[in-house]
Formats: sequence, C-alpha cells, structure tokens
Amino acid sequence: MTAATLGALASHWMRNRVQFLTLVVGLALATALWSGVQAINAEARASYDAAAAALGEGRLDQLVPANGETMPQERFIALRRAGWLVSPVVEGRLRAGTSTLRLVGIEPLTVPVGAAASAALANTDLAGFLEADTLMAGPEAADVLRGALPNPVIVDASIASGTVIADIGVAQELLDRGGRISRLVVSPVQPLRQRPLAEVAPDVVLQRADGASDVGRLTDSFHLNLTAFGFLSFAVGIFIVHGAIGLAFEQRRGMVRTLRALGIPLDRLIVLMILELVVLALLAGGIGILLGYLVAAVLLPDVAATIRGLYGADVAGTLQIRPVWWLSGLAMAVGGALVAAASALWRLSRMPILASAGGRAWAVASGRGRSIQAAAALFLLAAAGGLAVMGAGLVAGFAILACLFLGGALALPLCLAVILKTGQDRSSGVLPQWFWADSRQQLPGLSLALMALLLAMAANVGVSTMVSSFRLTFTGFLDQRLSAELYVDAAGVDDRAALERFLDTRADEIQPILSVETELAGLPAELYGARIGRTYRENWRFLAAEADVWDRVADGEAVIVNEQLSRRAGLGLGDRLAAAPGLALPIAGIVGDYGNPIGQAIVSETLFRQAYPAVSAARFGLRTDNPEALRRALVDEFGLPSSSIIDQAAIKRFSLSVFERTFSVTEALNVLTLAVAAFSILMSLLTLAAMRLPQLAPVWAMGVTQRRLAGLEVLRTVLLALLTAVLAIPLGLLLAWVLLAVVNVEAFGWRLPMFLFPLEYGRLILLTLAAALLAASWPAWRLSRMAPASLLKVFAHER
Amino acid sequence: MLLEIDDITKSYPGPDGPVPVLRGVTLALGLGESLALTGESGSGKSTLLHLVAGLDGADSGRILLDGADVTALDDRGRAALRRTKVGIVFQQFNLIPSLDIAANIAFQARLGGAPDAERTAGLTKALGLEPHLRKYPEQLSGGQQQRVAIARTLAASPRLILADEPTGNLDEKTSDEVMDQFLALVAETGAALLMVTHSPRLAAKLGRHAHLSQGRLA
Ligand SMILES: Nc1ncnc2c1ncn2[C@@H]1O[C@H](COP(=O)(O)OP(=O)(O)OP(=O)(O)O)[C@@H](O)[C@H]1O
Ligand SMILES: [Mg+2]
Repeated sequence: MTAATLGALASHWMRNRVQFLTLVVGLALATALWSGVQAINAEARASYDAAAAALGEGRLDQLVPANGETMPQERFIALRRAGWLVSPVVEGRLRAGTSTLRLVGIEPLTVPVGAAASAALANTDLAGFLEADTLMAGPEAADVLRGALPNPVIVDASIASGTVIADIGVAQELLDRGGRISRLVVSPVQPLRQRPLAEVAPDVVLQRADGASDVGRLTDSFHLNLTAFGFLSFAVGIFIVHGAIGLAFEQRRGMVRTLRALGIPLDRLIVLMILELVVLALLAGGIGILLGYLVAAVLLPDVAATIRGLYGADVAGTLQIRPVWWLSGLAMAVGGALVAAASALWRLSRMPILASAGGRAWAVASGRGRSIQAAAALFLLAAAGGLAVMGAGLVAGFAILACLFLGGALALPLCLAVILKTGQDRSSGVLPQWFWADSRQQLPGLSLALMALLLAMAANVGVSTMVSSFRLTFTGFLDQRLSAELYVDAAGVDDRAALERFLDTRADEIQPILSVETELAGLPAELYGARIGRTYRENWRFLAAEADVWDRVADGEAVIVNEQLSRRAGLGLGDRLAAAPGLALPIAGIVGDYGNPIGQAIVSETLFRQAYPAVSAARFGLRTDNPEALRRALVDEFGLPSSSIIDQAAIKRFSLSVFERTFSVTEALNVLTLAVAAFSILMSLLTLAAMRLPQLAPVWAMGVTQRRLAGLEVLRTVLLALLTAVLAIPLGLLLAWVLLAVVNVEAFGWRLPMFLFPLEYGRLILLTLAAALLAASWPAWRLSRMAPASLLKVFAHER
Repeated sequence: MLLEIDDITKSYPGPDGPVPVLRGVTLALGLGESLALTGESGSGKSTLLHLVAGLDGADSGRILLDGADVTALDDRGRAALRRTKVGIVFQQFNLIPSLDIAANIAFQARLGGAPDAERTAGLTKALGLEPHLRKYPEQLSGGQQQRVAIARTLAASPRLILADEPTGNLDEKTSDEVMDQFLALVAETGAALLMVTHSPRLAAKLGRHAHLSQGRLA
C-alpha cells in the first residue's frame, strides 16, 4: 500500500512537471535569498572583524611616551603592578630584501581582544609562535619575508597586507630596540581600582581612541542594515515557502480524495506526504544554498570593497562556505516547508472525503478563516502600536518590527478583498463585473504570493528609507563636524603655544579642540571648549536651538549639548546644566551627534580655559584654502610628524564611499527580493492555471476570446501587484520609522531624522509592476495559445 | 437555412497518427426546427457540436451559420458568433463559479450587448429560479444549475441553440421537467435547436432525429 500510495503521489509530479518545477524552484529561491543574505552578512562581519583588528590599536586607547619615540619596558611592568591592564607593543620599519614592511611586536599573553594581532593569534598555535623566532604575515608579505629572512613564517590572511606580526622579543631584536617599547595598548576592560597614571608613569600620556569612532559608528549601522535585511528576507522566504507548499497541497486535493476513497487511511497518507516533503525540501534547499552562494559571490566584492574603503585595510574578498549558513539554509527550507505544510495538512485532514475541489468552495472555506485572520492582524498591529508607545529596549524595537510585518501581511488579503468588492460594486459593464468577481475568487490562491510581495516591497521601502536617511543625515553631520580642511594632532607636541603661533599666520582660522572627560548631569560625558568663529556659525545644524545660540555661547552665557546627553539626562532647551564646578548655564542648543557614544557639552573657549587651566588643546582644526601647502609647512618647517596631520577630506571620502557601497549592496538585495517575490507570483499563477480553467471555460464558450481572457489575466495580476505595492509603501515607511526612531535610538542613543524619497518609491512600484507583468506573461501566453480541446474538456470530465 | 453543415471531417491525434472521428457529416437546420442527435458514446456527437459552435476547428468541410462560414472565421470572429448568435448548454459546469445566479443568468445577454431585463425576469420566473438569485453555483443542485444555464442561454436570444445532453446528469423525473420547460421556451423564441441526447424518450420530443455512427450521419 505504501509503495502504491507513494507512486500515486509522485505520479502527480510526473504528470505536472511545471508544478513540480515551480515548487522546487520556489523553495530553492526562498532558501537562496535567505542563505545569500546570511552569507553576505557572515562574511561582512568576519571581514569587518579582521579589518577592525588590523586597525586595532587605533580603536583602543593607548599609552604613548610623552617625549620621544619609545619608552623603557619597565613602564609596562610598573603599570601592570599598579592594576593597569596594558600590553606592550613595539613597532618599526623592517627591511626585508628590497622592500620595507611594518613590523609589530606584541606580547601574545596580554594582548587585548580587538588589537591588531588578536584575530591572527586566535588562529595560530601559540606554542609554535612563541618557540622559534616566528613571524606572522599575510600571503604577500610572507613571500617577501621568506626570501629575505631566516625566520619561520606563518601565513594568515587576516593580517593587513604589508604588516608583519612577531613576539615582542623577536621584534625588539629585529628592530634593534632591546628593552624599549613603542606604546602600551590599553585593554577596554579595566579594573575598578588602579593607581593614577601620573603617579605610576608620569612620562606616559593616555591617547584616547578617537577619530576612528566616526567610522566605527558607520560599521555598526551597516551591520544593523544587513541584520535587518536578513530578518526581512527570512520573513519573505517563509511566506514564499508557505505559498509554494500550500498550493502543492491544494492541487492534490482531488487525488487525496480519491486515495482516501480507495481505502488509504488518512494518517498513513499524511505521514507519506510529510516524508515526500522532507525529501523535496532537502533537494530544493541544497539547490537554494548553491544559488545563495552564487548571489553572495557576486555581491561580495562590493562588501569587501566597502571594508577596504572603510579601513584602508586589505580584506580577503573571497567567500567561504560557512557551516552556519549552510545549516541555517537547510533548516529554513525543511522547517519552513514543514510549518507551511502543517496548516495544509490540517486542512486536508478536516476535509470531508467527498468535498468538491471546486474553486468557490475554497474561497468560502477561507472566508471562514477570514475573521480569525482579521482579528490576528488587528491584534498584531495594535500590539505594534502599544509597544511603540510603551515599550523600551532593543527587544521591543524588534518586536514592533515583527508585529508590523506579520500584522501587515495578514491584513493584506482583507484590504484587497475590500478594494475588489468595492470595484465589483462600482463597475457596471458585464466583463468588468466578472473581472472583479473573478479576481476576488482568485485572491485566496494568490494571497500568500501577494503577502510575500508586500513584505519584499515594504522591506525595500523601509531599508532604503533608512539607508538614505542615514546617508543624508550623516553627510550633513560630516560637513558640520569635519568642516576644517586639516586636523593636527598635538598630542606629541611639547610647545603647543609655539604651534599655535606658527599656525596663526598660515591658517585662515584655527579651532583649538579643548576637551576633558568629566561627569555631566551625573553621566560620563565630555566637555568641549570651542573658539566660536564663522565655521561653527555657518556649518552647525541644531535639532533644537534658540535664535542667538552662538552669540550666547560665545559670550559665556549658554551651553550646547548633544542629543545623547539631552536624551539621557532628560534636559531640554533652557534647562540649566552644571558644565563645570560653579558653572551652571542654560542650554541654548541641542545638536545631533552621530559619531559619538557618550554625552557632550560645548562651552566657549574662554569659559573652558577658566575652568580647566591645565588642559591644553590636544587637536587643532585648521581652515585653509590650500591644505597641501599647510601640511607641507607643518611637516617641513615645524617638524611635525606627518602622521599627526589628519586629512579630513580623505576621511569624509571614505565615509561617503562606504555609503555608496552600502547602497549598491542594498540595491542588489532589493532587486533580488523583488525578483523572488515576483517568482512566487509566477509560481502561484502557474499552479492556479489548471484550477482556473473551469472558471474561464464558460466565459470563453460564451464568446470571449482566449486572447482577451489572457489579457484580463495579466491585467488582474498587475492590478493586484499595484494595489499591494501601494499598500506596501505606508507599511515600509512605518518599518523605516521603527528602524530610525526606535531601534536606532536603542542601539546608538540617537534618533535619525526620517527623510522621504518619493521618486525612489515610484521607481520601486514600477519595478514591482514590471516584475508582476513578467510573472503574469507566461501563464497568460499559455492560456492564449491553449488548444480549444483543453478548454472543452472542462465540460466533459468530472472534476 | 440557418445552419448548413457540409461534408465536415475531424480527427484527433492518437498514439499511431490521427484518429478520424467525423468522416464527412452533412446536415441542414432551419429556424424553428429542432433536431435530436444520437449515437454511441464516443461517436463524435460532442465533437460535431463544438465545431458548429466554433469552439474548435474542423479539418475540412464547411459550416454555414446565417450565411457566414464558421470554419473560415478566425478566433475573434467565432467568439463574436458565440456572443450573438449561438447559445450552448453543456451537460455540466456551465456556470461561472465566482458570480451569483442573477449575474450568471444575465451574463451572456450582456456580453452580446442585448440585455433584456424583462425577458430575463420572465425566464427566471418560468424556470423557478427566483429564490436562488443571490446564491452561488456551488450552492445549487444539478437540476437547478442546468436551469440557470438554460435561462442564461435563452436570455441572450440566440438564433441557434446547441445543447449537449443538458439533462444527462439529472434523474429521469427532473430531466423530463427541465426538458419540457426548455423545449417550451425554445419553441417560444423560434430559435433552431440542435441537441445531443442518449435518450430515445427525449429524442422523441424533438421535431427531427439524426443518428451518428462510424463518423457519418445515418
Ligand atoms: N481532446 C481530444 N483528444 C483526443 N481525442 C479526443 C478528444 N476529444 C474527443 N476525442 C475522441 O473523439 C471521439 C469522439 O468524442 P466525443 O466527445 O465527440 O464523443 P461523444 O459522441 O460526445 O461521446 P459521449 O456520448 O460519451 O459524450 C472519442 O473517441 C474521443 O476519445
Ligand atoms: Mg459527448
């Protein structure tokens, strides 16, 4: 019996190859979308980690000698004893044959996670590294080293090109710097009790990791973007799988009825169908993972380029098949298929043996479920609203997203049903009336595909709005914050007054950047002293400000705070803030700050110097028409090391290029999700085509040509897609709002203003319509070319 | 003559080449006439009906309807013919499942561009369909569904009515009832009727009789 039943089940697919193909391809595409995004995500994260590690010291605080290039190794021991978690680094140029490499000597046992070498060390056999005078380098540098030095070389692709890593002892020897170290890397986690730096090592200064933080925020936002996309693509995929499976079961209702009538028990039938499904899902999932791999491989060069632009570090742009997304892809295919099958099997099991497989019976049956669906949609949307008002935390943010997503999807068929009903009631012609009525009947069969389209479209609108808003805001922010052409790092300059005098005649405007870390309103924060000139007045944009804000700050009558401080301390315009002991000033402006995790307040330079006479400017922003000439003067005449001069234009370019690349990846994913959604429409249409004939044949027999009918079929699909796309826009904007105003605030502490991009949405709608048109064309073409005999069969056979 | 069928042949593709079904059928039918077409199962009765309705194309021969050559028309022309001049009642599945009964009855007349509310109401009443107007086809019994199909066909005032065992799925009593109503209404309109039936009893109710056998009329 089992063999015969399996044979019968399989025979359906043999006879209906197109249906079989659509089921497998549908499952495969959903898996591909999911695993492709996963692959890009995982790979991007891995590459970011490698790149971040390559720049590790830039992101961790460091202790550097106050004078000169190096400090004695004893400082390290003294600081460790005093409770400082630091790790020594020696760095220098290493001649190897004709080329010079950057040699970084580290102490493997104390090097903090996140520092340059920690990623590479994690992959390495530590004993081997410590034993001989081993060097570690990327593939290219390793080749150079092998030819030039006797030391054994370990190749590790995660090491930035041109860099060599060695144990500190080995490096000191190679660099001829016995007993000396270049700097100490400060671990991000420090014990609560430690003796002050000035006591333990007065000749060492703490250099805060800054500058990199701007870029670090960008990285985080890109991660969030990819994570959100992964999440959304998962939802789209689940809907598509659900649609594919549901239709596959629907098509075989007649066969199930016959098999049961012939005496096959229901439970046996269900077990066999599940078995069949798992085999199919594994097959399709496997194909999907390969497809996803291809997609990722095509998109990945962009991701790698993003990282290269971001960090200037070389990252391997090749894709590795990671077990995580292999497995999650297969789990998605099989799990999704089973979840989808559960409801279909449940319906089959409750179907009376002799139920008709007719079209309207199906519509009526789903009408009963309609009130449950409406209730669920309302509940979810209300929950989203409630959470938005009352919820807090990142989890609430993601819960809102999920509620919106599911609620929106569930509400779609109901909204469409209402619209189609209105259309039917309003229309007067006979064909239009039939068209609307027939569309209503089609709706249950298409609704899962349309839900997938809705989600794909909404995800696109949401994510592009988020990325574009972020880009606009961030570009504005960079313009405001990086308005000076050059920044000079004065940390290593002894006579800062001399530097200022030197600059006075050469730069158009000097902005000394005075800052201390302090507590404001009981929170850790930074206090800045600013020399208020035209740069500030012209470039800064406030979230909220009083009219004469700069005048009042310049006069020492008011203070400016950033959004983080205002939010966390609950301070608004006019509230008084104790900026320094004995200095309480009203807040005259609140400024958006997207490159900074903590609170900030800005007072005039005069007030700052009065409050903190010992603090001198660690950095200067310089306005000049000719940054290149000024840079050369600083290096050649003043003797500043060129590494102390930061070209902000370059950082800005990097940051913007990150956005461009983020965009191209987002764009590609947009097109991909839409394409997959369009395919799920095609799939549904093809599957429904056979069920459609009994509905179309009478109309044809009464004198409507096949071409006309085919045209109406296309029109219907495009119309449904258009309605769906139009409904998707508000949903997508809601999603964007949640991402920008809830998730971002929770994740980063600031709220991004939301911008609208109507042209972009118009383009998306056109894209969706084109996709729907394509999807509808083939089934319609088949209908228009169908032999009359096939249509006539409708009247001749029992169905 | 309203309908002239002249030496029609038709074959269907089979596993070993074309299988002839109609081997030269000739027939004529005038307005107001009714003809019962009988024959064994598989003899090609339905096939002939489909050719006349322009639902399928013949291999050779001519079919003239109201002077127009059906076999020479393209798809559009044949569709127009069905909208305006021909009404068909099949054995089952005549109705449009997504429309309610009222819309189904009015459908063909409106398609042909000649809806006649009075006539439609009269037919609905005559066939006893008034209580069902707001229902959907699957909520009706087989006999009721066939009455709807008859009402729909007659409401469009076709000159030629084709019926393929219109009561074949019904029990004898219902079949007789429906058939009597059908024939009376057809006679009222003065249209020509070509009806396929297996039943000699029903065939006897019609004016003429033709038997299809071995692909020819006897
Ligand atoms: N689409 C088709 N493809 C191939 N052969 C067909 C097709 N339609 C009908 N036939 C064959 O043509 C012959 C005539 O069929 P037709 O339906 O006209 O018979 P019929 O006289 O109406 O029979 P019944 O009384 O059972 O309805 C049959 O042998 C049938 O097998
Ligand atoms: Mg027949």
